[in-house]
Amino acid sequence: MSQTPIYTEYHPRWYRRRTSTYWWLRRPSYLAFILRELSSLFVAWFVIFTLLQIHALKQGAESYQRFVDWSKNPVVLIVNIIALFFVVFHAITWFKLAPQAMVVRLHGKRVPAAWIAGPNYAAWAVASALVAWIVLGG
Amino acid sequence: MSDTITLHVARYRPEVETEPTFQEYQTPCRKDWVVLDALNYIKDKVDGTLSYRWSCRMGICGSCGMTVNGEPKLTCATFLTDYAPGPVRVEPLRNFPIVRDLVIEMSDFMRKLVQVKPWIIRADEKPLSEGEYLQTPEELDEYKQFSMCINCMLCYAACPVYGLEPHFIGPAAIALAQRYNLDSRDQGARERMDLLSDHTGIWGCTFVGECTKACPKSVDPAAAIQRYKLKAALSWFKSFLLPRGAS
Repeated sequence: MSQTPIYTEYHPRWYRRRTSTYWWLRRPSYLAFILRELSSLFVAWFVIFTLLQIHALKQGAESYQRFVDWSKNPVVLIVNIIALFFVVFHAITWFKLAPQAMVVRLHGKRVPAAWIAGPNYAAWAVASALVAWIVLGG
Repeated sequence: MSDTITLHVARYRPEVETEPTFQEYQTPCRKDWVVLDALNYIKDKVDGTLSYRWSCRMGICGSCGMTVNGEPKLTCATFLTDYAPGPVRVEPLRNFPIVRDLVIEMSDFMRKLVQVKPWIIRADEKPLSEGEYLQTPEELDEYKQFSMCINCMLCYAACPVYGLEPHFIGPAAIALAQRYNLDSRDQGARERMDLLSDHTGIWGCTFVGECTKACPKSVDPAAAIQRYKLKAALSWFKSFLLPRGAS
């Protein structure tokens, strides 16, 4: 039994396909796209978390200790681990994008992508090591 | 290897059907045959009612884009033997309304193409007597890659953003805008900026990168869009810092 076609005002007979609800499972790059969209929530969460931390720090030692205790809560810990995964995913996307967005020429030739992405990763590693040293050792 | 292959071809005959169906055809599977050759064989020898677009058969005209086994492809450059023993599923390009069988409706793309003004814009034309606008090989290299676009729309079929948000200007139109923005003879970058830096322009793109993978001419529209994002962001930043002096 045929169904009534979706009529449009001027072109009643064009067939417009409906996008499947699960279109984003069709290929890995689509899934990565949706996860990247979702990552914005976790990036925002990290901003809020940092603001709360600064606020607690401003209120004094006792308030900061309360904040630290609260962040040890397993739920907060799990949320932060998931958020870290998404923020790292987000950062890697940016590093992948950098060589495509920046065109650097040396002696008339475009420098290879790795020359632009490489220093980005190196700077990331140095910054992470510095933060780790301050937090854990300093 | 068997010398025939099965094609499952999408049919949509609006006068008798309300939605597309698949029809099965057997065609010869020769080593030098592409999917388009098989469709031409069907049209000539088996079923003259099949409708599809094609013209040059050599990856220049951009007419024969279709979905082959789920991937957007130029059917003139997609060999049957790569899909042996088959079957091969041939459908119209995704993200566009279907007019008939494998023919899609492309006026949305044509409208967007004109909007980005893909031609050389001069603030002041110099008189003919002064000769042509000269360009060095380095200046040509700046935009040459983006000038290879053949408007085949495979990138639109591959782009999930265009599928979800039909107002998105889309990969090819932005790459072609960049082709002219990066041309040393062009002075129209400002005229193109409002449209391109709108939320339906470059900022609609979230760097999925499928457009670049689908492109049969290695244009890399994703790179064109990311480059323009950087340029637009810097230009906004400059106008923020130097509200009067920015150019």
